[in-house]
Amino acid sequence: MSEQPIISLSRSDLVSDQEVRWCPGCGDYAILKHVQSALADLQVPRENMVVVSGIGCAARFPYYMNTYGFHTIHGRSPALATGVKMANPELSVWVVGGDGDMMSIGGNHLIHALRRNIDLTILLFNNEIYGLTKGQFSPTSGLGKRTKSSPLGSIDPAFDPVSLALGAGATFVGRTADMWGKHCQAMLKEAHAHKGAAFIEILQNCIIFNDGAFAHEVGKKTKDDATVELIHGEPLIFGKESQFGILADGLELKVVELGEEFSAEDLLVYDKTKLNPGMAQMIAAMGVSDGSLPLPVGMFRQVQRPTYEHSMEDQVRSAQQDTGGKPPLQSLFNQGDTWTVD
Amino acid sequence: MSTPPSSAPPEHSEQLESVVIRFAGDSGDGVQLTGTQFTKTSALVGNDISTLPDFPAEIRAPAGTLFGVSGFQLQFGSTEIRTPGDRPDVLVAFNPAALKTNIDRLRKGGLVLINSASFTSRNLEKAGYESNPLEDESLSAWQVITVDMTKLTREALKESPLRTKDKDRAKNLFALGMVYFLYSRPLEHTISWLENKFAKKPDVAAANVKTLKTGYYYAETAEVFRSTYSVPEATVAPGLYRNVTGNQATALGLVSAARKADLDLFLGSYPITPASDILHELSNLRAHGVKTLQAEDEIAAICAAIGASYAGSLGITSTSGPGLALKGEALGLAMMVELPLVVINVQRGGPSTGLPTKTEQADLLMSMYGRNGESPIPIIAARSPADCFAAAFEAAQVAISTRTPVLLLTDGYLANGSEPWAIPQADELPNIDPDFLLDGGEVLQPYARDPESLSRPWIKPGTVGLEHRVGGLEKADLTGNVSYDPANHHRMCSLRRDKVARIADSLPPTTITGSQTGGDLLLVGWGGTYGSITTAVHKARAAGKDVSSVHLRNINPLPPDLGDILRRYDKILVPELNLGQLVRILRAEYLVDARGCNKVQGLPFTVNELIAAIDAELYGEA
Repeated sequence: MSEQPIISLSRSDLVSDQEVRWCPGCGDYAILKHVQSALADLQVPRENMVVVSGIGCAARFPYYMNTYGFHTIHGRSPALATGVKMANPELSVWVVGGDGDMMSIGGNHLIHALRRNIDLTILLFNNEIYGLTKGQFSPTSGLGKRTKSSPLGSIDPAFDPVSLALGAGATFVGRTADMWGKHCQAMLKEAHAHKGAAFIEILQNCIIFNDGAFAHEVGKKTKDDATVELIHGEPLIFGKESQFGILADGLELKVVELGEEFSAEDLLVYDKTKLNPGMAQMIAAMGVSDGSLPLPVGMFRQVQRPTYEHSMEDQVRSAQQDTGGKPPLQSLFNQGDTWTVD
Repeated sequence: MSTPPSSAPPEHSEQLESVVIRFAGDSGDGVQLTGTQFTKTSALVGNDISTLPDFPAEIRAPAGTLFGVSGFQLQFGSTEIRTPGDRPDVLVAFNPAALKTNIDRLRKGGLVLINSASFTSRNLEKAGYESNPLEDESLSAWQVITVDMTKLTREALKESPLRTKDKDRAKNLFALGMVYFLYSRPLEHTISWLENKFAKKPDVAAANVKTLKTGYYYAETAEVFRSTYSVPEATVAPGLYRNVTGNQATALGLVSAARKADLDLFLGSYPITPASDILHELSNLRAHGVKTLQAEDEIAAICAAIGASYAGSLGITSTSGPGLALKGEALGLAMMVELPLVVINVQRGGPSTGLPTKTEQADLLMSMYGRNGESPIPIIAARSPADCFAAAFEAAQVAISTRTPVLLLTDGYLANGSEPWAIPQADELPNIDPDFLLDGGEVLQPYARDPESLSRPWIKPGTVGLEHRVGGLEKADLTGNVSYDPANHHRMCSLRRDKVARIADSLPPTTITGSQTGGDLLLVGWGGTYGSITTAVHKARAAGKDVSSVHLRNINPLPPDLGDILRRYDKILVPELNLGQLVRILRAEYLVDARGCNKVQGLPFTVNELIAAIDAELYGEA
C-alpha cells in the first residue's frame, strides 16, 4: 500500500456557494459549522463525501455543503444512502434529517439502516417540532404539547430516538447538542471513524416554533445539573460541582449525592462496548423519566459488527473467486438445458 | 428395463401439428414440475412451445379443495406457437377438484386422464360433487381414461425402501410417463434430470425413474390409448436455444445491459408476487457484479436503486402493481434528478391486492400518469417470455443514454410463462456507453444538456472537482441550483417532456402483421397479448379476412410512424386485458376512432375470443 497523501481541507472548503436560508437564530447554523469543521479534519477527499437528506428544514443541509449532495424525498434518505454506500463503499456517506423526517415518515428506513449496520453516519436534528410545515407536534414532542395541530395538547406519547436506535441494534449511538461545538465535533469524528451505522441525535433549537425546548439541558448555566455525560469506563457523575452520581439499585437508577454516604465507587460505571444493549437502554430510559433523573448525553454504544456493504462485497468477491473477475456473459446465457437447432 | 427409443413413433401413430395439454392437481401434487418436464422434453425434441403455469395464491391450500387447484398448461407444435392454447386437448386431473375446475375448458372430445385413487367420497365432497363423475354420464362429452395411479405406483415401488407416503409422491411421474407415451416423447431428459436432482438421495431418484418408466410401459402394454401421436419438429431458426420464463429473461436482459455498459448492477426489491423471481434470479448473480438489496419496503427498494445509480451503478427495482403505486413519489424524484433507473412492473390483477397470481394489463395509465406534477417517463412493454430479454435490455439502454427512469411493463402471464429463447451471442449485443462526466470545464453545469438527446451529464460522486448537489426541488436550468423562478419551471418541465419525446427519433419503423398499406381492420396491442393477437390475425387472414395488427413495444413515447399507420385502416380495435387504457391514449394522441376489446378475468385472451371480436368488428354482432 502506498502512503496516503495528507488532505488539507479547511472549513471554508466545505462551504458551498449557496446562500443559507434557515431562520436567523436556528440551531442548524451551528450544526452546519460543526459538521464543516469536523469533516475538514477527517482526511477524506472532498469528492468522496456525500451528504444525503430527506425533507424538512434540516434536509436543506446538502445545499450548503461543498461536497456531493442529494436532497431526496421525505423520510427516505437512509434508504437512498444505503444504495449509494452499497454501490460505492469508498464514499463517506452522511445522512441528515429532522425528527419528522426520520422518526415519523422515515422511521422504517432508519431502523432498517441501523439493523443492517451499513456504514452511514446518520445525524438526527431533533427539535421536537415540525418546522417547515409551520409548527405541528412531531413524534418526539411529547404528551400535552400544544401546537397548531394539537391545540388541546398532544395525546401522542413521544419516541426517544436513542432508545429507538438501540432497539434497532445500532452499533454506534450518541447524543449531543447544537450549541456544544467541541462535544458535537468530537462525536462526529468518532462516528466517522466507526465502521458501521452511526446514529447521533443532535438536540437542536427551533427558534420559531419550539424555542427553548432544550434550554435547560443545553444551556450553559443549567446543563451540568440537567445532564449526565456518559464516559466509557468512568462512573456516572454529574452536577456543577460533580456532586451527584447515578447508582443502580437493582434495575432502578437513582441519583445520589456524593459525600459521606456515597462515593464514586458506589456508582454505575459506564461501558459503551457491551454487546448486550441492556445497560445502554436503561441509561437511555433516564431521558424519558419523570424529570428526576438527568438527561444522558455522549456515547451510549459503540460495538463492532460486520458492515452490510462489506458483507456484500465479500459475496461478490467469493463468487468471482474461480474466474478472477466477472465471468463471460455468454457463460450465463448458455446455462441449463440447451439444445441446438441446425 | 431399457429406455424407450427417443425418436421412432410407435405403431398406430397419428401426426399432429400442435397439441395443448393441461396438468391439474393439488398445489402439492407436483403439477408444475410435471408440466415443466414435459415442456423441456418437448423443447429438446425440437417443438416450439408456450407455457402458462396457473397456481393459487395460497402456498399449500388445503388438499382437495377447489381453490387449491394448481394448473400448468402448455402448447407444443411443429409450427410457430405463440400462446399456451385456448382449450386443452388433454387434461391430466390428479383429483376431483382438478377435474371440476378444468373440465369445462377441455375441448369436446378431448382426452381426460384421471387418477381414480383420488376419487374418494371425501375428495368428491370437497370438490362439491354430489355423485362420482366417473360413474355417471357427466363426462360423456370427453374420452375418459381412469387409472389407479396410486396403486400402480405403490406396486412398481414395492421393492423400494421409501415409506408409502414418499412413494405416493411419485405418482405425478406415472402420469407423465403415460403422457410421454401418448405423444411419443423420449424419457431420457427427465431421467437424467431426476438423477441429477436427487443425486444425494439415490433411493428417491430410483423410485422416481422407475415410476416414470412404469407409467410409460403401462400405457403401452395396457393399450390405454386408442392411438398415439407424434408432433414433428418445428422449423425454427438455427441456433442454440434454452427455455426461459419471462422473469428469467428479464433478469438476463438487465445483467446483459449492465455488462455491456461496464456497470455494476444494483437491484433494490421487496418481495411481491409475481415479480419476486427477478429478485431471486439476480440475487444469484453476484459474480456478474450484481448487488441486491431485499429492502424493508417498496419505497426503500426504489430509493436505494436511485442511490446506487447516483453513485454510478445501474440501479434497478422490480415490483408489481401495488408496489408501483408505493414507488410513485420516488419515481418522480428519479425523473427530477435525471438519473438512469429501470423499474419493472410485472403487472397482476388489480385493483388493490386484486388477483396477485393472475395476469392483467391494467397498470398502463398508472405508469403513464401516476405521479404528481408533470413527470413523463418512458414506457417499454415486453410481448412474450423470451422477449422480456430484449425489452429489459432496451429499457436499460434508454435509461442509461437518456438519464431517466424507464418503466418496463411485463405481466404475470409473461413472468411465469416460458418459451424457447434463441440464445444471443453476447459479443453481438451493442455496447452501451454510460459516458460519465469526468471534466466539468471552467464551471460545472450539472444540468447542461446534450443538444440532441437533451440528456444531462451523469456525474459519479468520487469524481474530483465535480462536487454538486441534486434533489427533488425544481432546478435552475444548467446550474441545477434550487429555483423558484416561474419561467424556469415552465422551461424545465418542457425540457423533461421533450427529452422523453425525443426517444421516439431512434425507434425503428413499426412492424405491421398483415396488409401493409391499409385495410378493413387493424388490431393494436401491447405487452403480453402479442401471442393471442398475432395468432388470431393469422387465422383470420387465412380465412380471407382483411385484418392486420401492430404490437407496440414503446408506449411512451409512441413510435413516430404510428399515427400514419392508424389512419390507413377503416377500423381500429385495441384488445387489452383492462377496461380500456391504451385505447384512451391512442384516441387522445391521434384523434382516431379506436375501439376497445377488453377483458379483466385474470386470464389472457384466447385466440377464439379475439377472432370473435374481429368478426364482430368486420361483420357486426352475430
